[in-house]
Amino acid sequence: MGRIEVRICGLGGQGVVLAGQILGRAAVIDGMNVVQTQSYGAEARGSAAKSEVIVSDKQIGFPHVRKCDVLVALSQSALDAHCKDLKESGILLVDGDLVSRVPERIDQVYKLPASRVAETRFKSRMYANVVMLGALTIIAGIASKKAMKEAIEASVKRETQEANLQAFEAGLDLQA
Amino acid sequence: MEMPFSSGNYLRGVPFPFCAGCGGTTVANVFLRAVHELGHRNLQGFVFCSGIGCSSWIPSPHFKADSIHTTHGRSIPVATGVKLMRPNLNVVVFGGDGDIVGIGLGHLIHAARRNLDVTVIMVNNMIYGMTGGQVAPTTPQEVKTSTTPYGGFERPLDAVSLVASAGASYAARVTTAHIQQLKGTIKKALKTKGFSFIEVVSQCPTAYGRRAGFKNAGEMLHWMRDHSISIREAQKLSENEVKGKIVIGDFVDRKLPTLTERIQSTIKKASKDGPD
Amino acid sequence: MAGHLSSGTHFLQGNEAIAEAAMIAGCRFFAGYPITPASEISEYLATHLPKIGGIMIQMEDEIASIGAIIGASWAGAKAMTATSGPGFSLMQENIGYAFMTETPCVVVDVQRSGPSTGQATKCAQGDVMQSRWGTHGDYASIVLSPNSVEEMFYLTIHAFNLAEQYRTPVILLADEIVAHMREQIHIPPAESIDIVNRRKPKTQEERFFGGEEVPPMPSIGEGHNVAVTGSTHDEFGRRFTADPGVHQNLVTRLVGKIRNNAELVMDFEAYNATDCEIGFITYGCTSRAAYEAIEMARNNGINAGLIRLKTLWPFPERIVQSMARNAKKIIVPEMNVQQLFFEVERATKGATEVIPVNKIGGGEMLTPEELYSQLKGSEN
Repeated sequence: MGRIEVRICGLGGQGVVLAGQILGRAAVIDGMNVVQTQSYGAEARGSAAKSEVIVSDKQIGFPHVRKCDVLVALSQSALDAHCKDLKESGILLVDGDLVSRVPERIDQVYKLPASRVAETRFKSRMYANVVMLGALTIIAGIASKKAMKEAIEASVKRETQEANLQAFEAGLDLQA
Repeated sequence: MEMPFSSGNYLRGVPFPFCAGCGGTTVANVFLRAVHELGHRNLQGFVFCSGIGCSSWIPSPHFKADSIHTTHGRSIPVATGVKLMRPNLNVVVFGGDGDIVGIGLGHLIHAARRNLDVTVIMVNNMIYGMTGGQVAPTTPQEVKTSTTPYGGFERPLDAVSLVASAGASYAARVTTAHIQQLKGTIKKALKTKGFSFIEVVSQCPTAYGRRAGFKNAGEMLHWMRDHSISIREAQKLSENEVKGKIVIGDFVDRKLPTLTERIQSTIKKASKDGPD
Repeated sequence: MAGHLSSGTHFLQGNEAIAEAAMIAGCRFFAGYPITPASEISEYLATHLPKIGGIMIQMEDEIASIGAIIGASWAGAKAMTATSGPGFSLMQENIGYAFMTETPCVVVDVQRSGPSTGQATKCAQGDVMQSRWGTHGDYASIVLSPNSVEEMFYLTIHAFNLAEQYRTPVILLADEIVAHMREQIHIPPAESIDIVNRRKPKTQEERFFGGEEVPPMPSIGEGHNVAVTGSTHDEFGRRFTADPGVHQNLVTRLVGKIRNNAELVMDFEAYNATDCEIGFITYGCTSRAAYEAIEMARNNGINAGLIRLKTLWPFPERIVQSMARNAKKIIVPEMNVQQLFFEVERATKGATEVIPVNKIGGGEMLTPEELYSQLKGSEN
């Protein structure tokens, strides 16, 4: 499968880092080589957040994403900052309720109502990140559904496992 | 039948390096007598930690025991590691006022706050003796030192009150002019569960005495005896009346949970069910 | 020795891999002070060390942290602390004490941008020389440099083993990027991991500070009446504050036990190192970009090679010299303003041209493209 570089971006508190960790863990479960990094600042919640996942069947050297194959943007400011790094053939996933302006040059754009689904189904926008991961699994096929579910179970608190798995399913359904 | 005291059971036979008349020798001898009277026939079961300064040489290498002579001011952190891994040992720290409440003050407060089960004996000679008579955090303001030739401009520190308020089980002050009381205080400290702290006001005829106007060690001892006042008496007097006096006695003597007990219960809790 | 995780494949952060490896290596005492980017090590051990009867204590500062692990080591425990630049600076005096008193312990320095507070959350490789020469006086250091999460694991175990074998502090010189990245890591079954334990004295032995290259180490509380001191001492631990011979014997032996065993201690990875025209000498996170640059060079017909140092100190001179014999140029890429570069230049003794490539600020790594262009530009 070669090498896939993914960047998930948004604001602190949206679960951007957790989403990257779940994706990375799932790819490891699928037997791939993975490097996951995140922007790490002293900044408080609400400031820019970024998580990157590189998945490859070969050894991974340089750990940072330079040109992404997949960009997931959970806020307008994050998209504005990062869309320049999306490859021409790259895939863009945005939360359609939080991102309105998408540059025309990008062909493959998926606008997903992730935070709306999270809010109506789970009464909390906190689940929007996992809804996006569901959609991402169908669209980009980086990790298997089974591995993604296993990774979610391993990454979230026991009390929220069930709700997160349902959020993931809801994300799968968005693209089913 | 009580065994007679024999210094060979407690000392390696290396002579102490202290000046004639130094209070350090007194503290060493009284400490060993106290240990003897508590029924220890030797120093097995003890470990001594000390830093840098004259009184850090009291245990190292003279006591026939395990001793760790650390860097300046860091005896209490080292003692912390020792005590936590060997909770059954009696861990005793010796140090001067420069070591314990100068460079190492932060560690003293935190050890008291944690109620770490060690005994700290601070020999307070009110000066940096080994380095040649510089001002210490304990030097009375009126005494001129080699670094305060016009007299001091800082208040001396009341280490015992500080340790008491930080949460130690036991904190006391005594002087080398009160041998029996010193011995009793050391015994009490060694029997204490939790942090025990003794400030021993002690004479340094070489670096302090001559600067403070004393002819010899004997004069200093007389002065210390005559200017000491028990904490019970001091509590009846005004701050002004206590000024210039050495307040001696037990500042606190109480039962409090110790760091070792708390850590052991944490280990029990963690091995049972983890933090969730 | 038990860690927290079972053997098998895991997805771990670099700092977590250090903590897990420490437990497997036998670490039962950890003292530390919070600091980015090393705090996850303390947090992991605070959670998991008590489960196996170990102790993690947060001390009042980094000076106390290293003091406490020195005490714990003499109490018989394998002990570790972890910090970053500012805390590493504070620890230097007691690192010298641990060296002088032959106290095995592991100090992790997760490098971040400096000097001073610098860019506290950003990566750098600026502590290379401090890890070698940070304390005062004559001494020798063992410093290991990991470049992946899995290597964080293995070099932590190796650091404990070297500390125990040579009775000396060992520094694991990590960096923010490797510490905070997550990767797959295969943890082997515990019984397949080699663990070294310090040699203990037989009952009658008394010479704990000399008499042989690495003397046996008693624990306190076992009846040996051991006298530990950071002052100059003879083989029995007796203090000699003026005798020139005692000092010379002691310090020569302490430095010698590392220098004389440098070949055994040093570890590296080499690719086309001795036949290349242009080579990298690289270490830590930066080496990850160098590997990709080498691949680009190979695809473009450039005869490039690479040596990645896992041991920075003692400096692996011999392997560096073997590259210098045939290479026309050696490139030393670092996230600092030239540190190991000077050591490479010293070791190669003018046999080849040594070129520094440096980048600092914002935690930004040298990229494979930047390094490839250096290879290409140096080709002529």
